[in-house]
Formats: sequence, C-alpha cells, structure tokens
Amino acid sequence: MSDKVDVVIIGAGLAGLAAAYHLADAGIETIVVERGDFPGSKNVTGGRLYLNPVRPYFPADFWDDAPFERPVVKEKLSMLSEHAATTVEFSSDKFRAEPCPSYTVLRAKLDQWLADKARDKGALIVPKNQVDDLIYDGGRVVGVKSTEVELLCDVAVAADGVLSFIAEKAGMRGAHNPHYNALGVKEIIELPPKTIEDRFGVAAGEGAAQLFFGTITQGMIGGGFLYTNRESISLGMVVGIQALMEHQPRTEAPELMEILKARPEVAPLIDGGSTVEYSAHVIPEGGIRALPKLVGDGILLAGDAAGFALNMGVTVRGMDFALASGALAARAIKEAKTNVGANSHSPLPAASLGAYEQLLRASFVLKDLQTFRGMLDVLDNPRMFGKYPEAISGIFEKMFWIGDQPKGKLSSTVIREALRSFGNLDAVRDALGMLRV
Amino acid sequence: MQVNIKPKLGLNAYKVDTESHISINHEVCKTKCIVKFCTFVCPARVYTLGDDGLIHVEHDGCLECGTCVVACRSDALTWHYPRAGQGVQYRFG
Repeated sequence: MSDKVDVVIIGAGLAGLAAAYHLADAGIETIVVERGDFPGSKNVTGGRLYLNPVRPYFPADFWDDAPFERPVVKEKLSMLSEHAATTVEFSSDKFRAEPCPSYTVLRAKLDQWLADKARDKGALIVPKNQVDDLIYDGGRVVGVKSTEVELLCDVAVAADGVLSFIAEKAGMRGAHNPHYNALGVKEIIELPPKTIEDRFGVAAGEGAAQLFFGTITQGMIGGGFLYTNRESISLGMVVGIQALMEHQPRTEAPELMEILKARPEVAPLIDGGSTVEYSAHVIPEGGIRALPKLVGDGILLAGDAAGFALNMGVTVRGMDFALASGALAARAIKEAKTNVGANSHSPLPAASLGAYEQLLRASFVLKDLQTFRGMLDVLDNPRMFGKYPEAISGIFEKMFWIGDQPKGKLSSTVIREALRSFGNLDAVRDALGMLRV
Repeated sequence: MQVNIKPKLGLNAYKVDTESHISINHEVCKTKCIVKFCTFVCPARVYTLGDDGLIHVEHDGCLECGTCVVACRSDALTWHYPRAGQGVQYRFG
C-alpha cells in the first residue's frame, strides 16, 4: 500500500526546502524525504550566502529571523607566491548597510531554520529516510521508494545534492566528470567573537571573507577560503578533482588543509583556535556546459543536483542558485497544477513542467551560468595559480625592498617586472580570455 | 607530507553503520585501474593500498563527499550513501 501526495521532494537542503516552502504555501501537499537525522546534518557549505539574488523569491520579512552568522562587510583577496603574499582588502558602507548583500552561514543551523519555515506552511519533512529509487509508470516518474515507505506523487523534485543518484537513476545525467567537479574541504575552528573581530578588524557582529589563491594549490585550479562565523572560522580549500588526479608530484587531499594552515598569512588568524569539525563536499563547477536534463517526465532537478553553482574566482556561489531554483520548481509545479484544474490528484501533463526550464532561463540562475560559461576555461590555467600571483608579489617585493645598494627608479622597476611577467603571448592570451567572461 | 587524518576525523560526530556503504570490485580494480585515484583524492583517506595489492576501505571515516565516485575511472567502486540516519553527522556544516 502506497501513500499518494502531490509532490515528493528528495533532499532537505536549501533547494528542496525552498521548493517545499512555496508548494506548501500554495496549499500543495508536499513531503520532503531527507536521509540525515535532521535537515542540514549531511550538508556542507564553504560558508557564504549571497542574499540579494534570492530576496525577490521570498517574502520581504522572510530572512529577518534567519540564523545567519555574520554579514560580510570586508572582503580580502590574497595572492600567494611560495614565500610572499599580496592581499587586497575591500570594505564598503554599502556592504554594512541593511539589507546586507551576503552573510556567512553554517548549514546545520540554516537548513533546520528553513525546514521550520516550510513546516509552518504545512510541508511534511521526513528525516532518517533515504530515497533509494523512483517508481515509474511507463517511463514516467510516479513516486519514490524510500527506506520505510513508498510514496506516489504527481511530481518528484530531486534536490538530493551534487552526486544526485536520483538524477542518474532517472537518466537525466551521465557519469560525473572530474573536470567539472571540485573537492572542497573545510575545518570549523572555534575562536571567541572578540578575537575574530580584532583579527579581522571588524565591528562587533560584523564579518569578513578572505580568499587565497596561488602556490597553495601548486598550479591546480582552486584556492583557499575563510569566512568568519559568530564564534568560529570556516577555513577551507577547494581544488578541481581532475587537477588533483593529474597533479605531479602527487598531492593527497588530506594535505590540502595543512598546506593552507601552515601559511604565515593564515596561521596567526587561527592561532589558539580549536578545530571542532572537518568536512568535505563536492562542488559542481561545470556550469552551463555540464547541465543535466532539468525536466523529466514527472521529475525536476534543483540546486546542486542540477549543477547550479558558479565559481568566478573572487565570488563563489551555489546556495543562492539552490534557493532560487527550488522556488522556481515550486512555481512551475503550481502553474502546471493550475492548468490541470481543481482536481489536485490528476496526473500532471509532462509538458506542463517544461515551464521550469523557461523560468530558470528567465532568472539569474541560468542567465548567470550562461554569461559566465567561459569562467572555468579562464580559471583552469596553471598560470593563474602560480606565475601570476608570483609576479604580483614580485613587483611589490621590489617596491617595498630597501637593500644595501642605491635603489632603482620605481617606475622602471615596476615596468621591467611587469613586462617580464606579463609581456608575453601567454599573458596576452590569458588577458583576452578574461575579457571574454 | 603524510598527514595523520585520524585525529581530525575523530573531531566529527559519526553514527557508524555496521554495514559498509562502499564496496570495491577487486578484480576490476586490479586489472583496470593503474593510478588508484581513490587512495589520494579522498579527504578522509578511506582508501589505502595494502601490501596485498588490494584497496582497503575504512568506511567509518567517510565524509560522504563523493570525490571517490567522481574520480574512479574504472567502475570498480560501488558507493552509495550510508543507510538513512547513519554515517557522518555534521553539527556545523
């Protein structure tokens, strides 16, 4: 005996919960099946949610009680060579003014909060239950098989994360391509709030974000990240999986954190802190080129399961895409149900779900992925993570250095160094590549 | 640099599934896979190459990231999530 609901959502992450919130709000019967003990218990983020893109998808006061860690009011970007570092620091009153554009977050807290929001609207969230397979009726998805129950539904939303075994089972994507995926590792390092604020030069309650790229990844695409939480720091590294597989000499993934933590630019920031968690996650970085089929017969993909994430080097986004795609999945289902008529349990015509892809194309989700489709090509270049950060630090080193010999003219020093590093065909080609994105 | 990953994994909360969620087809692994990517792309060092030439799996430290799934090029790996309610429990995430 199987139960029947309007919509089953697989995965209580941000995409699934955003969809559940909006569906339940529209009076559509929705069950979210989550394999973890509670929403968020299996989820990992680097640490920052850009809120501006998703505000239009939720009520104005929606985020007022969200368990954000700190608003990011200061951005730091460190370019590391083997023995030196150039750091650019940026802060702005615009980042400090409410509503703040981005916040650091921890998923165990954030996802539980969002789950409560969805529950308040009437969505049912079933934790400790894993969807193992889909139920089909002549090629059309009509339900899910989970650990404890079989659920029939009009539509299934696969929001089961980057690995999305469900999308694979539904034939909506092929095997994962290591070139289009990155590994992220992270430590949560506890420190007193005052210490965090002093070290990053921010006011009480304010936060900072810092990205590190250069020789720490030894030419591999990727870099380090640091986000300040209320009482901890999220410190981590990201490297392309293909790059990690091919790199010589071999680097072991467990070394990545240690390389970052050993840097003199990082060590004092975490000094005295205690690591309380070590996590890892795969990040989809293929963008528009690696998109799976987003709409199937009776099934939609949202969030990481759909590969919605964008690494632009200085900004790394994913959670905003997840929230918006979940909201749009709900909108598409709502529209499809309205078109079918009052009988909520009549099956939805497959074609009616096609609106989901159109909604995504009209939104920032697929527009941004389309605009920045060449980003991976620009970033996946060993010079970006070796030669260029090295060159920039080289110029500053010469500018700041006072030796025992008469100092050369500053202009000629800078020009000579810049020409040496950037006055070649590779650099011109790389600069032109950057202009294209 | 060989990092001892065990103390770091010990910081995490796990509910260890008695049944492993990872299995290796040793025949395929031995004959088709030369590089053994899983032994160095895994951030929890779940996979080690034994003196017997076989990949040894310590599933209880798995962080459930799936990097091994993405990196295994020989189809020797069968990996699914630990059973519902088991495995790593992220308290911060």
